[in-house]
Amino acid sequence: MKRIVHALVAAVWFMVLCSPIMGLQIQPDKSVVFLWKRLAALGVGIFFASLLWQWYFSSQRASVSLRMPAAVTSAIGLFKQKKTRRAGLGILLVFMLLIPFLPVIGSIYQISILISALIYVMLALGLNIVVGLAGQLVLGYAAFYAIGAYTYALLTTYFGFGFWICLPIGGVMTILFGLALGFPVLRLRGDYLAIVTLGFGEIVRLMLLNWVSITGGSHGISNIPKPGLFGIDMDIQQATVYLYYLCVAAVIVAIVIISRLKNSRVGLALQALREDEIASEAMGINLTRVKLAAFALSSAWAGFAGVFFAAKTSFVNPASFTFMESAMMLSMVVLGGMGSITGVTLGALILILVPEYLRAFADYRMLLFGLVMVLMMIFRPQGLITGERRKYHVTALDGKGEAA
Amino acid sequence: MKPVLEVHELTQDFGGLRALNEVCLEVGEKEIVALIGPNGAGKTTFFNCVTGIYRPTSGSINLTVNNVTHSLIGKKTHEITALGMARTFQNIRLFSQMTVLENVMVGCHSRTRAGILSALLRDRRTRREEQETVDKSYELLKTVGLERQWDETACNLPYGDQRRLEIARALATEPHMLLLDEPAAGMNPNETRDLRELIKRLRDRYDLSVLLIEHDMSMVMSLSDRIYVMEYGSPIASGTPAEIRSNPDVIKAYLGESRDA
Ligand SMILES: Nc1ncnc2c1ncn2[C@@H]1O[C@H](COP(=O)(O)OP(=O)(O)OP(=O)(O)O)[C@@H](O)[C@H]1O
Ligand SMILES: [Mg+2]
Repeated sequence: MKRIVHALVAAVWFMVLCSPIMGLQIQPDKSVVFLWKRLAALGVGIFFASLLWQWYFSSQRASVSLRMPAAVTSAIGLFKQKKTRRAGLGILLVFMLLIPFLPVIGSIYQISILISALIYVMLALGLNIVVGLAGQLVLGYAAFYAIGAYTYALLTTYFGFGFWICLPIGGVMTILFGLALGFPVLRLRGDYLAIVTLGFGEIVRLMLLNWVSITGGSHGISNIPKPGLFGIDMDIQQATVYLYYLCVAAVIVAIVIISRLKNSRVGLALQALREDEIASEAMGINLTRVKLAAFALSSAWAGFAGVFFAAKTSFVNPASFTFMESAMMLSMVVLGGMGSITGVTLGALILILVPEYLRAFADYRMLLFGLVMVLMMIFRPQGLITGERRKYHVTALDGKGEAA
Repeated sequence: MKPVLEVHELTQDFGGLRALNEVCLEVGEKEIVALIGPNGAGKTTFFNCVTGIYRPTSGSINLTVNNVTHSLIGKKTHEITALGMARTFQNIRLFSQMTVLENVMVGCHSRTRAGILSALLRDRRTRREEQETVDKSYELLKTVGLERQWDETACNLPYGDQRRLEIARALATEPHMLLLDEPAAGMNPNETRDLRELIKRLRDRYDLSVLLIEHDMSMVMSLSDRIYVMEYGSPIASGTPAEIRSNPDVIKAYLGESRDA
C-alpha cells in the first residue's frame, strides 16, 4: 500500500515537473493546447517504473551491486592468462587491420565512425591518466582537444604546415596549456578542481568562438588537409583508410605508453595521490611535480586526438568542443572503470559505437545515456572493469610457488 | 653529539586557539622518546608541524642527519621525508585500494629515481630499480610480519596489521627519525606487546631514533628512554619514566585522569 502511494506521488510529481515541456504546445496562432494524453501516459509510465524500482530494491536489499554475467567473468578470467591474452589481442589486431577490406563494415561511412571511436579511445585514455589514475576531477578536457584541433587547423591555414609537423606541435601546445592550467589549480581538489577546469573549458571555447579574425568564430576553419604519405595522391576512400590505420597505430601507442606509465614509479605515485594526498606527501612524493606531470601527460593525448580529429573532419568549429564533449569523455572513464586501461577503452567504444548504431532511437539518445549512467552509478559504481591488478614478482618467493 | 631532532619553543596558533605553546623537545640518536598528554593536548599537531604539514607560527625545528643539521622550518613535507624523517598517522592513512606491497613500494618513492622517460623506455636500469623496490618492500613486510598478506588489498587487513603496514611504509623511506602516532591504538594486549618488541628491534636494526605518541601507559613506561608530557598545548614535564611516574603535575593532568577512567 505504502509503495503504491509512493509511486502515485512520484507519478504526480513527474507530471507536474514535466507539464511545461511535455504538456503544453503553442500553436502557430499563439493559442496554447494542453496535451493531457501525453501527460497522463507519462504519469502511468512513471507509476509503474516506480513500482518496479521499489520491488527490485526490496527483493534484494542486501546486495545492491550487480554481478557481471558468468560468461563475461569467465571470459575475463581467460583473458588474464598470458597465452590467451596474447592470442586474443593478436586476433583483435588482425581484425582491426582487415576491416577496410571487409564488405559492409569496410565502407567509407563505417570507417569514419570507427575513426571517431578510436579518437575517443585516445581521449578517454588520456583523461584516464588525470582522472582515473591521479584522481583529479577534470571537467574541461574538451578544451585540450580543441587546442589540438585548432593548432593543426590554424597552422595549416596560415602557414601551410602538414599533419606530421602539427601532430607533435599539437602535443606540445596542449602540454603547455596543461601546465598553465595545472599551476593555479595545484591546491584545489574534488569539486573545486572540477569547477575551475569546467571554467577553463568554457574559456577556451569562447575564445575560439569570439576571436573571429583568427579562428573564424562559429564558421570555423575548413579545408584542413588529411595526412599525407610521402606525397602520394590518394582519393577520399584511400585517405580515410590511411587515416584509420594511423588512428589504430596511435591508439596502440597510447595503450602501450599509458600502461607503461601506469605500472611505473610515477604511475604508482599517481595512484597514491588518488588515494590520499597527505599520506603520499609524507611518503616523499612531490605533489607539485606529480600533479603537473599528470596534467601534462593527460593533455598531450587530447592534443594528439585533436589533430587527428581536425584531419578527419577537415573542418573544425567551436561547436565540437562543448561541455557535452568533456562530460562524454568523463563518462567513458567512469563507465569503463577509473584507472583501468581495458575498461576505459571499452567505455569509449561503447559510448561512441552504440549510439551510432542506434540511430533509430536518436531522439532518445540523451535520455538513454542518462539512464545508463544513473543505473551504472547505482549498480556498478566502480565501472565495468575493476580489480585490475598488477602482478609483482618477488625474488624471495622464487621456488616457493604462489604465496597464499 | 647533537640530538637528531631538536625542537625549540615551537608555537602553533589556529586562529585564536594556541594548539602548541613554546614546546621544546629533543630526541637523541637511537633514543626512544614518548610524547604523552590528555586528548586534545596538541600531540598530533606537534607531529604535523614537525613533518611540514602545518606551518608553525614560531619556533625552530632542526634535524641532524650524518652530522649535518637542517632547519625544517619552511620545508615541504616531501623534502622533510627525503631528509630522513618518516611518520605514521593516528587515523590510519593507508592507500587503501592498493595492495600491501604497493603501499610499501610507494614509501620507496623518495629513494628511487625512475622518471617518466625511463618509465616509457623501461630500460635495464629502470627494470632493475623496480625489482629492487619490490624486493626491498617485501623484506620490510617480513620485518613487520606482514609478508604473507603481501598481495592483499590494504583495506582488507585487520586494524593491527594496518598499523604495522603504516610502520613498514614509513620505514621504506629509509628514515633516521621515526614518528609514530598512537601505534598501539586499537591493538589487543598481545599485539601491543609484539609491537613493543618490534619498535625496539627496528631501533637496533636501522639505528632509528623514535618519537612516539601513545596512550597505553604500560607500553610508554616500558619502552621509552624519556618521556615528554603536554597539556593544553604546553609542555608540563619531561624525564625518565620513573621521574614522570612520580611527578605530581603529571599525575594530576594525565595519569590521575586515566586511573579514574
Ligand atoms: N587544523 C586545525 N585547525 C584548527 N584546530 C585544530 C587543527 N588541528 C588541531 N586542532 C586543535 O588543536 C588541538 C590539539 O589537537 P591534536 O589533534 O593535536 O590533539 P592530540 O593531542 O593529538 O589529541 P588525541 O590524543 O585525541 O589524538 C585540539 O583542540 C584541536 O581541535
Ligand atoms: Mg592525536
